[in-house]
Amino acid sequence: MTLTADQPTSDTSTSGEAAVHVSGLWKIFGPKADAIMKSDDAQLSRKDLQEKTGHVVGIRDVSFDVAPGEVFVVMGLSGSGKSTLVRLLTRLIEPTAGVVKLYGEDITAMGDKALLDTRRRRVSMVFQHFGLLPHRKVIDNIAFGLEVRGEAKGGRRNRAQEMVDLVGLSGYENNFPDQLSGGMQQRVGLARALASDPDILMFDEPFSALDPLIRRDMQNEVIRLHHEVGKTMVFITHDLAEALKLGDRILIMRDGEIIQIGTPDEVVAAPADEYVRDFVSDVPKSHVLTLKWVMRAEQPGEVDASSPVLQAGQIVRDAARVVIDHHGPCRVVDGDKVVGVVDEEDILRVVVAEEGLQ
Amino acid sequence: MSTATVESPGPAGPASGPNRVDKEQQPYVEVQKPRRTGIKLLVLLAVWLVLYAVFKGKMTKALGLQDTNSLHQKLNDARDWVQLDGKDNWFFGGVLGAIGDALDAIVKFFQELISIPAFPRPVPEIGWLGVVAVLAWITYAVAGLRSTLLVTGTLLFFGVTDQWSNSMDLLIITMLSVVICILIGLPIGIWMARSKAASGVITPVLDVMQTFPPFCYLAPLALFFGIGPACAMVLTIIYALPPVVRITEHGIRSVSPTTIEAARSLGLTRQQMLRQVQLPMAKRTIVVGINQCTMAALSMATIAALVNGPGLGKVVVSALQTLNVGVASVSALCIVLMAIMLDRTTTAASERGQGRSNVGSASGMGVMLTGVVLERLPRWATEDAGRGQRLPRVTAAGRGFLLALLFVPAVVLVLLSRQQLNLATFPDVSETPVLKWISGPQLAKGINNFTDWLVSGVDTYTIWIKDHITMWFIDPLQSLLSDSPWWLMALVLLALAYVLGGWQPAAYTLACEVIIYFTGVWNDTMVTLSMTLIATVMTMLVAVVLGVAMGRGRKADLIIRPFLDAFQVIPPFVYLVPALALFGAGRFTAIVAAMAYSVPIATKLVADGIRGVSPTTVEAVRSTGSTRWQMISKVQLPMARESLVLATNQGLLYVLSMVVIGGMVGGGSLGYIVVSGFSQDQLFGKGLAAGVAIAALGVMLDRIARYAAARYGR
Ligand SMILES: Nc1ncnc2c1ncn2[C@@H]1O[C@H](COP(=O)(O)OP(=O)(O)OP(=O)(O)O)[C@@H](O)[C@H]1O
Ligand SMILES: [Mg+2]
Repeated sequence: MTLTADQPTSDTSTSGEAAVHVSGLWKIFGPKADAIMKSDDAQLSRKDLQEKTGHVVGIRDVSFDVAPGEVFVVMGLSGSGKSTLVRLLTRLIEPTAGVVKLYGEDITAMGDKALLDTRRRRVSMVFQHFGLLPHRKVIDNIAFGLEVRGEAKGGRRNRAQEMVDLVGLSGYENNFPDQLSGGMQQRVGLARALASDPDILMFDEPFSALDPLIRRDMQNEVIRLHHEVGKTMVFITHDLAEALKLGDRILIMRDGEIIQIGTPDEVVAAPADEYVRDFVSDVPKSHVLTLKWVMRAEQPGEVDASSPVLQAGQIVRDAARVVIDHHGPCRVVDGDKVVGVVDEEDILRVVVAEEGLQ
Repeated sequence: MSTATVESPGPAGPASGPNRVDKEQQPYVEVQKPRRTGIKLLVLLAVWLVLYAVFKGKMTKALGLQDTNSLHQKLNDARDWVQLDGKDNWFFGGVLGAIGDALDAIVKFFQELISIPAFPRPVPEIGWLGVVAVLAWITYAVAGLRSTLLVTGTLLFFGVTDQWSNSMDLLIITMLSVVICILIGLPIGIWMARSKAASGVITPVLDVMQTFPPFCYLAPLALFFGIGPACAMVLTIIYALPPVVRITEHGIRSVSPTTIEAARSLGLTRQQMLRQVQLPMAKRTIVVGINQCTMAALSMATIAALVNGPGLGKVVVSALQTLNVGVASVSALCIVLMAIMLDRTTTAASERGQGRSNVGSASGMGVMLTGVVLERLPRWATEDAGRGQRLPRVTAAGRGFLLALLFVPAVVLVLLSRQQLNLATFPDVSETPVLKWISGPQLAKGINNFTDWLVSGVDTYTIWIKDHITMWFIDPLQSLLSDSPWWLMALVLLALAYVLGGWQPAAYTLACEVIIYFTGVWNDTMVTLSMTLIATVMTMLVAVVLGVAMGRGRKADLIIRPFLDAFQVIPPFVYLVPALALFGAGRFTAIVAAMAYSVPIATKLVADGIRGVSPTTVEAVRSTGSTRWQMISKVQLPMARESLVLATNQGLLYVLSMVVIGGMVGGGSLGYIVVSGFSQDQLFGKGLAAGVAIAALGVMLDRIARYAAARYGR
């Protein structure tokens, strides 16, 4: 997030064509889902509905947009419907109601052929448990998507080799997946997804099965790839640190419903309710919050032309040194305009609050 | 029987068996009403004994072997009609006739190819040397070097023991049956894996197919196809088909859902999914299914001989009928060796990593060969095997090249074996030094001498055991079952089914009793039942002792398990041979053979159950200071109850199918009637009826055991 927080992404979703457009999306699991959808039962809470009808609400009335090039993170506790949501986006499961558009194409209304074509060219997915084919070599796994859409052997080999190099697996082309470590297997999954040059990449908790160090490497890898290839990404995780690190915006779900959508600092600084507050309570706030969230209004005569100038989008931790060295209020600007001031005390409040937590 | 399928709060349906779901659905039922099964059973026994004493020997429905009833006569007439007029009937002559002729022709073709003289030649098209070479080549291609050595050795042994032609016949029947099973079973299995509806319809059919002991469809098949190779093959196929279908379905269904989902997200069509993901990933499991199918097919060798199927089984059957243990042993040994050979080969084939044979993966000679040949292979034949792999990997093209290379000597040997007589028919080795000791007749004689010596040494003990068990257990129980009036037995069985399993198995029991009553062999069925019960009890005694030992100690497991595995490969008929040698002809022999057949499976189930008891529980109990005996009797056995019940259920079915076969060595009753149906014209109808009675008995026992298992196995 440190890389992207200062981009004004949170309002791009309304301008131009969205990469992913979701409106009024529902998924009810069970044989009579359609009937329930039409009846009043759909308004019942997840628990009540399950007790009454045995059906489970996976996703309840979800709408959002993802801008092209954005990294959009979906998070929530286990069972909150994240996987269901991401599978609905490519219609791996059929939605009960609602519309999903990918770059303007309504995939909920597509015929089988068009749907296959979309999956072959427009979106790729990366899965928590990799989903590699054990009987194929690494290179053949990566080329698999190209093979099923009927590309010639030479072409797909070259493309797959490029991907191998891109994800740093050079030398392992001829190994079989079970000869690789978990992190490397997930690189294969990543390369397979990238090979078909999709417009959108979807990740379903791709790094949850990896240990922390490898996970950090892989997160950095995703950030690097995002810079290099600039794809739109929908990234599912239940790890808040990961969400904050990668996401331009974060969607927080509970029981299949949206609780909050916002940039990382919005979510941390202004949680929508107790659920989100709980979620973000152990986050080191100084690493996430920007000065915008800690500054106060300027009192007349408090600052002068000599006091340092800081950007409103700067992370508190990064600004701390300057503010503390200055021994007095500093100006916070958004563009050219001064929007407030911060002093030592404002910074310390954030940092000390954190110490108290730990 | 349909009444039994109406829904009820009773135990789970028979198909589902004792599984976890049931447990969760009805956790309170048992607590609410104590069943007092023990008391009910005691009352039942008391009433039975009293009535038995009063009516003993009356209304038993006993029917002498040569006596027949009107149903048997009608069946005889039907047989006569099929034999005389069937040829003009569209079904018997048209459909079945065509199938039968086709199968006969295929078998004949292969027989002339490798086992019997191909007119006008005095010898088969390909002599023994050529056959050995080609089979070795095939084995090398699918299963690697070790299996090749095993196959070569086994084939040579067939020749040395003078069983070449019979062995080849058996191999032909078995392999053709397996191929047909695969051709039919694979598509059905795939279909079932992809369609819930298909699975729902076909699974119960497979259940029934596997409940019937093979003896009971001998007669109808003989009627439809006439005795001969075609009939033998159909018999084998019916018996061997279910494993392929089931395991194929299972294999495809258990492909990891993540992989399926990942493949779907790449935009695979259903066809691509099947060909490129599901089949390759299920391949190993499917090969395991083929292994099971092969073993099942081979285990029919001797039964198929009863309908004049060619092969080693014929020798075993005729030797058993003349009580010639030596000759029976030699051909039984050949069957066992063939079983081991096919088992190892198919197992090795299933364990092979697909397309990833590294250059040095073969051992011994393979390494030498690869060292010399592969280093010089052209570039396309090998590829780098990736990081961390020292040796290069052979590509598909390279493998093909190597196999083509090895095919050349095989072809040369085939050609040679067509020209030279001593390479065409296996030479007589009775004059050759060393080999003469294991030449067929010599070996048979040796075995006969050895058994005579052994039996004369131990027969005081074996006869003592046999006589006492017969006197104290077999005779009284048989008398109790077969000397009770038929209506008493019918009521007792009904009551038993009701007490043990509720009204559903009672309904099945009633239906089966009606069928058995009308077959006219009620009394013989009761004799068979008494033998089945005794053998099952004895099986369970042995299985619990061995199973507890195996479940508790790794060492015991390591020692016993290989024996059990080996026993399970041996075709059932073969058990008759040593049992016959030790105990002579009689009911006891049939019981011993039945035990030998069913103990391995029951023991394994018990051992798994004991091992399945949570280690935490065991540790907790140990910490309370309980003794070993307390641990076994108070904790491990009660907690493994589910497995015990399952083991009894399986053991019962295994015992039944073997007890019937035991009819051939003096076990008498149903099995003997079935066999007589083939040898004596006027008994055909009765044999057919006895087959039906066996099926009904099997279904009845299976249902009672299953419902009881669902009720008590938790
Ligand atoms: N095929 C299904 N049938 C019935 N219920 C389902 C099905 N798939 C998911 N659910 C239910 O929908 C809810 C959401 O599941 P989902 O897998 O989307 O959660 P998740 O947020 O991805 O959780 P996790 O972090 O554990 O992966 C769960 O309560 C789950 O039980
Ligand atoms: Mg999930």
